Amino acid sequence: MTYFADVAALARKDILLELRSRDTLPAMLLFVLSALVVFHFSLPSDASETASTGLLWIALLFTALLGLARAFAAERDQRVLDGLVLAPCDRSAIWLAKSLGVLAFLGLAEAVALPAYALFFQPVGWELVAAIVLADLGLAAVGTLLAAMAAASRARELLLPLLFLPLVIPVVVGGVGATVVDDPGRYLGFLALYDAIFAILSWASFEYVVAE
Amino acid sequence: MKRVLRDLDLEVEEGGFLLVTGPNGSGKSTLLALLAGLLAPTEGTLDVDLPRGRIGYLAHEPLVYRELTALENLDLYGRLYHVRERRETIGALLERFGLWEARHQRVGSFSRGMQQRLALCRVLLHDPALLLLDEPYSALDESARGLVDELLRETSGGRTVVVASHEPDHVRPLSTSILALA
Repeated sequence: MTYFADVAALARKDILLELRSRDTLPAMLLFVLSALVVFHFSLPSDASETASTGLLWIALLFTALLGLARAFAAERDQRVLDGLVLAPCDRSAIWLAKSLGVLAFLGLAEAVALPAYALFFQPVGWELVAAIVLADLGLAAVGTLLAAMAAASRARELLLPLLFLPLVIPVVVGGVGATVVDDPGRYLGFLALYDAIFAILSWASFEYVVAE
Repeated sequence: MKRVLRDLDLEVEEGGFLLVTGPNGSGKSTLLALLAGLLAPTEGTLDVDLPRGRIGYLAHEPLVYRELTALENLDLYGRLYHVRERRETIGALLERFGLWEARHQRVGSFSRGMQQRLALCRVLLHDPALLLLDEPYSALDESARGLVDELLRETSGGRTVVVASHEPDHVRPLSTSILALA
């Protein structure tokens, strides 16, 4: 129970920081809407459903990247991560709390993006929603670990996309696959498996990322 | 890689008071970060016979969030350190370091001296057995310096204390050993 109390305290702090600074969420919302508008005008009117689905996933992926780039900004700028690392709580609690924050911001961005997608392109089916929910879990889990690694580096702006994008290719494959095939079960299962494997790996390895 | 500390053989007894002196760049802060567990030695061995939660580390930066208030920052650390009677302890520390009136202000609006006082509250919040203080007098005015003097006098003989300072006259009388880094 102490572990989850630590996670709750850290997650509450992240939400409070965002409510105060309003750095991340407005940028994510603006980006995802702008990207969808650009895609709407750049796709030919007779483009296939598959093409528009692919573009939606690209927009969501880069929106996630935008949020992840800011995930450890407060800790990095003010060296607060040292203070958190010194606390006797399990260090994976920092990862879990941060992942929940990223997940919340991504979910809010998608709550705005999906109606816009339905308006510009095509109706949103349950397969797309299920795929996005599963994809978000994986993106938040892997992305938070990589954001912590990048935060410790001087070339963080370069490092995060270079590490993140190759590792989330399976998420795009699973997400697009689940949205365009008749039987999405196999792809949704693939996304769930990806989430489970990478969440466990990220949870277990965060300790080594933040320890010197 | 630059080697900061070499040929260092050091033992601090429980309840001891070690004063670390030396010019800028001599490795005082690195030594404290090593003792805190934030850095690992590239060679040799380091044993700190205490769990993480029994160490209080005052760094150059206050290690608090600028967008949160003083109270919110201490409450977060109090929860993470599982401090019993958290609210009472936080209130007493804020009173002691003259920050009670400013407890609802965001740390970003604090002067450097107020941030240092808040950092001292953070360090003492969980009643650490080992105090690692890196330049504790930094940015403090005379009254706050007096508070640190009082704290170190109270602490002397109870907690184990390591203080790094390039103005050691304040703490030299309290120290049981001195390490001069070149």
